[in-house]
Amino acid sequence: MSTKASRSAARLMLAPAVILLLGWMLVPLTLTLIFSFQRYLPLRGGFQGWVGFENYVRFVTSSAFWPSVQATVIIVGGVLLITVTLGILLAILLDQPMWGQGMVRILVIAPFFVMPTVSGLVWKNMFMDPNNGLLSHLWRSFGADPIIWLSDASMLSIILIVSWQWLPFATLILLTAIQSLDSEQLEAAEMDGAPVLSRFWHIILPHLSRAITIVILIQTIFLLAIFAEIFVTTQGSFGTRTLTYLIFQRVLESQNVGLGSAGGIYAVILANIFALFLMRIVGKNLDR
Amino acid sequence: MARSVTIQRKSLNTLIAWIIGLLLFFPILWTILTSFKTEAQAIADPPVWFFFDWTLENYRVVQERSNYSRFLWNSIIIAGGSTILGMIIAIPAAWSMAFVPSNRTKDILLWMLSTKMLPAVGVLYPIYLIFIQLGLLDTRIGLTIVLMLINLPIMVWMLYTYFKEIPGEILEAARMDGAGLKEEILYVLTPMAIPGIASTVLLNIILAWNEAFWTLNLTAARAAPLTAFIASYSSPEGLFYAKLSAASTMAIAPILILGWFSQKQLVRGLTFGAVK
Repeated sequence: MSTKASRSAARLMLAPAVILLLGWMLVPLTLTLIFSFQRYLPLRGGFQGWVGFENYVRFVTSSAFWPSVQATVIIVGGVLLITVTLGILLAILLDQPMWGQGMVRILVIAPFFVMPTVSGLVWKNMFMDPNNGLLSHLWRSFGADPIIWLSDASMLSIILIVSWQWLPFATLILLTAIQSLDSEQLEAAEMDGAPVLSRFWHIILPHLSRAITIVILIQTIFLLAIFAEIFVTTQGSFGTRTLTYLIFQRVLESQNVGLGSAGGIYAVILANIFALFLMRIVGKNLDR
Repeated sequence: MARSVTIQRKSLNTLIAWIIGLLLFFPILWTILTSFKTEAQAIADPPVWFFFDWTLENYRVVQERSNYSRFLWNSIIIAGGSTILGMIIAIPAAWSMAFVPSNRTKDILLWMLSTKMLPAVGVLYPIYLIFIQLGLLDTRIGLTIVLMLINLPIMVWMLYTYFKEIPGEILEAARMDGAGLKEEILYVLTPMAIPGIASTVLLNIILAWNEAFWTLNLTAARAAPLTAFIASYSSPEGLFYAKLSAASTMAIAPILILGWFSQKQLVRGLTFGAVK
């Protein structure tokens, strides 16, 4: 179908996107790499010489580094666990016959469309506030002392807020995957008297495995980068300083660009480990 | 297909699903309700549910005090602009990869996806610096370009999966009937591509509207969109729940409505066509 002329035309059509993305990737990344080898404090004397790998060493040996890695892993892992588990259950439920299915779907998907700053602030103030939040009213109505969510249970709070935002996404994708399941196979299993749990384990779950992988892939990309939810709630205090937030603080708040850039390079490497691992899966899907 | 279900079973499903649905929707519902209360009612314990004097006062105060309409306008320009700009670049790219695939197409697609995985914070300072140098800091055009670039991979992927489904035989048939390239694009391909393009536009507007890393870090007063407007409520000043709710309701309402229309396309767009 493709002639030589159409092929060069095709290359021309593709060029702007490729060039722009290449520039978007290479130019800032190169600059970050250069800064990472400098002692560079824009507000305190600017460029103060080349320091080799000093920033890299200082970044990982600073007392804030490991806690931030830990916070990142707990938040990403926690949210993935909650959204994937509940997402599977919810998708199975929504696949059942019921009245008003379309309306329920709309209710379930809605949190995904709430901008991160709004969900962060609404949860922080109207639900998790220890004096006036709805959850503290609830706790008091049972005679219990309200939890001071964002300081005493800071990680759980962040995980809850972010999970609320991402559960719709997981549910919707898994629901789409379930709907493509051959219902005759399920019926046959049902008639053979296979119990619910074994039907779930041997038919539904294997069918969903690809969709689950995709959900984990995409959510990890977005979750590693969560920022606004922390920015408007804890500002990184009470152990919620993720790697992303730590680098942000180094670069923009304390204006230590060299140190922050070294952190940025670590973040890029970390993300690329996931990317390589996960890209292979998407690549395989592309061949089907 | 026709699984026989008892009425009891269906009723039970309905009940559980509605309870969960309402539970997940509740924070949004509560925000909307609170936006019509007075500040005292907003923090009342026990909470006031539906029976209060509904007031529009909060909306008026929010608009007056913080000039909501300017932030709204910034959001519209930035989300709309980045989408239009992105589509101009993404449509030809996706088109060429779908209809004139080469043996490198797959690699290019995957590479594009990988640029989406670049952590924003890793390039925060260089972008910040470039923005200062070019005078783009706190401008709508600067933010429009950045949001276009971060969503470009998703746009290309989504369009690619749609275009890929247009069968090549149709083109050949049209050519046999004597259609030239112009007719081919205008009368055969465009009508088939429009649903995919529309879905991509919709999803991209939603993503750009809600983006909250670059919009918070690259704007101050002039170009700040609604994400930054809401973030300015993070330091409370006395009683402010009702006003926060009014501001939040206004910020999410347009997208909530668009989102309800686009929920089916969302799956395809955000899974890069891998789940159907």
